[in-house]
Amino acid sequence: MKTITRQKPFEQILEDISSDTRVFIVGCGTCATLCHTGGVEEVAAMAEKLTVAGKIVTGVAVPPTGCDEVTSEMRYVFRDRLRAADIVLVMSCAFGVQTAATQLKKPVAPALDTLFMGKEGPAGHYSEICMQCGECVLAYTGGICPVTACHKGLLNGPCGGTDNGMCEVGNGRECAWTHIYNRLLSQGRLDRMRQYHPPKSHNAVLRPGILDLTHSREEAAAQ
Amino acid sequence: MSRFKEALDSGKFVVTAEIGPPKGVNLEPMKHHIELLKDLVDGLNVTDNQSSVLRYPSLGGALLVKEIGGEPILQMTCRDRNRLALQADLFFAYSRGITNVLCLTGDAVVVGDHKDAKGVFDLDSVQLLDMIQTLSDGKDLAGNPLDGTPRFCKGAIVTPEAQPLEPQLVKFEKKIEAGAEFIQTQAIYDLNNFRNFMDYARKFKVKILAGIVVLVSAGMAKFMNKNVPGIFVPKPLIDELAGAPKGKALETGINIAARTIRIIKEERLADGVHIMAIGKEESVPRILDLAGIY
Repeated sequence: MKTITRQKPFEQILEDISSDTRVFIVGCGTCATLCHTGGVEEVAAMAEKLTVAGKIVTGVAVPPTGCDEVTSEMRYVFRDRLRAADIVLVMSCAFGVQTAATQLKKPVAPALDTLFMGKEGPAGHYSEICMQCGECVLAYTGGICPVTACHKGLLNGPCGGTDNGMCEVGNGRECAWTHIYNRLLSQGRLDRMRQYHPPKSHNAVLRPGILDLTHSREEAAAQ
Repeated sequence: MSRFKEALDSGKFVVTAEIGPPKGVNLEPMKHHIELLKDLVDGLNVTDNQSSVLRYPSLGGALLVKEIGGEPILQMTCRDRNRLALQADLFFAYSRGITNVLCLTGDAVVVGDHKDAKGVFDLDSVQLLDMIQTLSDGKDLAGNPLDGTPRFCKGAIVTPEAQPLEPQLVKFEKKIEAGAEFIQTQAIYDLNNFRNFMDYARKFKVKILAGIVVLVSAGMAKFMNKNVPGIFVPKPLIDELAGAPKGKALETGINIAARTIRIIKEERLADGVHIMAIGKEESVPRILDLAGIY
């Protein structure tokens, strides 16, 4: 599972850092590299664009993972370049941005929007696979998640907007329930779909999600 | 028991029609349509932010139908309200004499005019039906006892021309199991296809009203074939509309609707019809007259 990101419009980034002149850029060697949004090349391109736009890039870093390798150690390694910067522009998912905000002791701005947790299919094509609902229903949907793959998150079958296997929202979205039906049919398990599924709890994970494994399972469940 | 429910149970050929609330608070055109149709039909559906386009609420429209002396069928989608809001609206509806509800999933927000709104879909249409059944058993969805129990005549929809059809039929059966007493179908035009659907649907204890959408031009028919999921207008009907003399396409559409209703009634293909005139409400009395309903 990767965190799928998209670069913000450059004008938006400039607006977000309008009061800052000196910029240190942090990328990410994993998800953002895969998405071509915050790898070595994109970080270099951003440095160039910012320079053209009149900013001073004090340094760049592309740690193997932006989420957990932006550490106090990194603050030490890049201390002079970081110290010279007014702001850290982070080209990773929101996790990396928040890690940088905590570890680097500098104001941060995100250069990317975090879109979803997804997988890469054909090269360059990403799709969402899980919404982290906390009540997994894959046992009765043929291993296809209707909470994620159905635009409306329907649990009891397709809506009337399904059209030859496509979803009414368009843009290439397929009807999850057509896929679920076909898979359950091929498995001889359509009874799973015929069964009534009651409304989900939208608080199965009390947001913000917290899990403390130092507690017993029962205590953790009660949190 | 509601007048509409009585009509369904009487075995008569039931006719319902659709009222579309305004975008804003000028209720005069809607009032006019209600007055025009209320005594000609067994129930008047009021749409709920249809196609995800903001309108005066279906609850307000249904209340207006009631106040004018008609029989409202409240359309309720799961798109804009969570289970708390839906139940509260059902309490209000019942307290004001609105006792027929059509349960729908609702179109996606992004097809409408407030594309950045949050689509709620806390429940789906089957769960909404089940929740209304729970309310009529004197409990809310959380299991708490109610002070005063609302009882509704519950309905749902089906799309007989959906492709693929089988997954829709699974859901259709779940809607009936969840307590749907009547079904209003998406618009149907191909009566052979509809006969096949009814051969299947008759096995279930539910009243089925065939959806009739008035065609106003060959262009509209072609547009719907291309863009509206689950609508299929056969070529002979498109040709008939295209061949209408200039300015007479609506008249041809009215004739097609009337003819379709007449056949459904005479052959007893369904338990009734649901007419969605979509802006051509003025033509409904004439359609019913030509169809030999009254």
